[in-house]
Amino acid sequence: MQPFILEKIKKIVGSEHYYDSPEDRISYSYDGTPMLQQLPEAVVFPQNNEQISELLHLANKEKFSIIPRGAGTGLSGGSIPVENSIVVVMTKWNKIIEIDIANLTALVEPGMVTGVLQKEVEKLGLFYPPDPGSMNVCTIGGNVAENAGGLRGLKYGVTKNYVLGVEMILPTGEFLKIGGKSVKDVAGYNLKDIVIGSEGTLGIFTKILLKLIPLPTRSKTITVNFKKIIDSGKSVADIISSRITPSMVEFLDNTTMNCVEDYTKIGLDRNSEAMLLIEVDGRVSSVDEDAETIVSILKKNNAAQIRIAEDPTEALLLKTARRSAFSALARRKPTTILEDATVPRSELPVMIEKVREAASNFNVAIGNFGHAGDGNLHPTCLTDERDSVEITRAHKAFGFIFNEAIKLGGTITGEHGTGLAKKDFLESAVGKEGIEFMKKIKMVVDPNNVLNPGKILTIAPRCEGTLPTKREQIPDFHSHH
Amino acid sequence: MISPKDKATLLKFLPNDDVLTQCMHCGMCLATCPTYELTKLERSSPRGRIKLIKSIAEGKLELSNLFAEEMNFCLDCQACETACPAGVQYGKMVESARVIIEHSSVGSSKINKAIKKFLLNSIVAQHSRLKLLARFLYFYQNSGIQKVLIKVLSVFPTAKKLIEIESLTPKISKVFSSEGLKEKTFPENPAKYKIAFSTGCIMDVAFSDINFDTIEVLQKNQCEIITPKKQVCCGSLHAHNGEIEKAKELAKKNLDVFSEFEYDFLISNSAGCGAFMKEYVHLFADDPQYAQKAKMFSQRVKDISEFLANFGPNNQMHSLEETVTYHDACHLCHSQKITEEPRKLLQQIPGLNLIPLEESTWCCGSAGIYNVTRHDDAEKILERKMKNLKDTGADVVVAGNPGCIGQLKYGIKKYGLKMEVLHTISLVKKSMENNI
Repeated sequence: MQPFILEKIKKIVGSEHYYDSPEDRISYSYDGTPMLQQLPEAVVFPQNNEQISELLHLANKEKFSIIPRGAGTGLSGGSIPVENSIVVVMTKWNKIIEIDIANLTALVEPGMVTGVLQKEVEKLGLFYPPDPGSMNVCTIGGNVAENAGGLRGLKYGVTKNYVLGVEMILPTGEFLKIGGKSVKDVAGYNLKDIVIGSEGTLGIFTKILLKLIPLPTRSKTITVNFKKIIDSGKSVADIISSRITPSMVEFLDNTTMNCVEDYTKIGLDRNSEAMLLIEVDGRVSSVDEDAETIVSILKKNNAAQIRIAEDPTEALLLKTARRSAFSALARRKPTTILEDATVPRSELPVMIEKVREAASNFNVAIGNFGHAGDGNLHPTCLTDERDSVEITRAHKAFGFIFNEAIKLGGTITGEHGTGLAKKDFLESAVGKEGIEFMKKIKMVVDPNNVLNPGKILTIAPRCEGTLPTKREQIPDFHSHH
Repeated sequence: MISPKDKATLLKFLPNDDVLTQCMHCGMCLATCPTYELTKLERSSPRGRIKLIKSIAEGKLELSNLFAEEMNFCLDCQACETACPAGVQYGKMVESARVIIEHSSVGSSKINKAIKKFLLNSIVAQHSRLKLLARFLYFYQNSGIQKVLIKVLSVFPTAKKLIEIESLTPKISKVFSSEGLKEKTFPENPAKYKIAFSTGCIMDVAFSDINFDTIEVLQKNQCEIITPKKQVCCGSLHAHNGEIEKAKELAKKNLDVFSEFEYDFLISNSAGCGAFMKEYVHLFADDPQYAQKAKMFSQRVKDISEFLANFGPNNQMHSLEETVTYHDACHLCHSQKITEEPRKLLQQIPGLNLIPLEESTWCCGSAGIYNVTRHDDAEKILERKMKNLKDTGADVVVAGNPGCIGQLKYGIKKYGLKMEVLHTISLVKKSMENNI
């Protein structure tokens, strides 16, 4: 990028909020996604809406790209810089603006950490359910941009079910306010559902209005081990068909369980093939009744060991252990490629088998875990980025897994987003027409393709900016242009 | 600048590529890092620092002052290691980066590096000199000179920081424990355990009462205690500050000294020393002469709370009607993974009301010599700890490390809180004495 453009950027945000040292560029070249990285030209922390708007105006004029970023825990490469780009970090916008008890809403800034918000509203007896694995780190802005899910998705849904409105700056620099505190609102197109999950390609959020619900008064957490993996799948199907909706039904295979046990040392049974973590919540009477029914279903399905958490501390320990699963798998091998193929929940036992098949067919180690209750699995390939031959096999294994998921009526990603990591598989999930529709939206809203270009979609003919000669990393980054 | 040849030599200090590649940059560490919380910059975060170290190793980044600044800004509290599900050895990486920085032209000025090196290697590492310095300090603190000097200095507004740092100097004990303790101490009843006792350097000169308390409690718990006169500094301050060769030299000396005695456990009451002595086994893993000795040594090292909670009868504790909260020293909870034992011990004291401290495992800012070398940053970190302490309303805050005890005392005075700071063992001893 030409120095005079960087000077203009610095002037917009002020020199104390502008960073372009090699150290800063390197430390914003990645997010939580394995193997993908690219240096940005600069990193900025804007202070207000006007600055964001000015940055976007400048990007359109001088033809550079802007990459919005929260905490950088994403798993599909949504906040990884592209060539000729600057990163706009929103983590300092981390305040709760208002909690409206009468309307059960929270108005927050996009850099608000999800787990911090949850703690604050829970003090008031309120509940914000979406709980991605990284909830103690990730931001609401990132959650809305990725339409993040979590463990409680089964009963409570995902981020989009809790967004009432957003305020954002469009790629062309205009301010847009969508939605509001009214529970019912059908004025015009439902733009909210287009920007939720837009992965930072349609605008930069500046405020987010969230729906809150009453905090359940009681919950019970159960863990159960199975000698045979198939019995875990059957148990999930039986629980769902018995008309009980637990708040979470989480699945861990033997590999994952062992890694989690290595980290947490909470006494998981290392020898069983599978484990479920089940939580029911609600009113005292119904919770106890549901827990009893579940326990009898588990026993019927050859459960080897059933453990009911004694107190909230133990329950939290068990859930935290589950949330560490993805990172804990890196104990086995340094590179963990995590995907989130999702199938209708009735197909879960078949999908679990297909993942095992992929591992043996392509000779790669795969740890499998995920949100069994909603059919959202996280098959994770345990590999080493320095072993290119194995990486190729891993990619083939995932090709197979995605294909099988779609055949079962599922999708390539349940909650992590398309980003860069799953772009190549998007067409198989949404079809040619789906992609065309998305492209049309993107091209109208962002005619110069300046905001997070190259994520989800490739806009032809003007690719991701005039490609500079300096191509520093990741040779296959733009491979399919 | 650094010549390519020098650079190659320096890079050898870094851990191998497997250690560097283990971090998958998932970001689970961010929320637990005190320095990231202050700046919100990736380069001040554990995964950011690892990425920078890896970039240095791969030749994608040159050693720079900014790199040195970030490595030294790190408290090395290792909260990120506790938070890391993948088991990334962050401390090892940042400590090795500091070795490189100390040997290179980046970072603080040559004079500052030389002063630090002198203090660490020629004062702390040589206990007789540390004691001599401590004697001067004792005289300074007790003769009235201190009061006069502070009064004079306070006239100058520029001396404010100097006065602040001066007030961090711990109050020197009248009798050092290394002199007050005999090499062998016997219990009143027949001995059940043979204990070797590590006096620590700072504990010895600034908190000798804690050492005397430790010995007394051990004596009452049927322990025969050996306090080797020839023991030296454990080397942890050196290892954490880029002086790894000196740390190894000191460790070897200790391995030799302690191997002359027979004992079941080696007890430490300084979390930092205990953590590092448990590390000796890894420090000498590839050393044919010391590997076995270090293994034998490290496996017997126990923190005093760890030993008493597991082996002590403790039935001699009497009622203490006090509201107490517990601060987790980083080197106990993050390095040694000891969190339950001290609490278990405190809960055994009848009548004692142990209340939780919010963010108890968050660093207090002491971090070895950090509160002196990076005073301004340490002050910000201390502020958070003081807010949480104030919210408890406890009468006493208990901690298991001299650094924390000094820092908490300083903070409590600065923020005007009414709270006593005690080592875990001192509270145990107090309850044993309280036989009414």
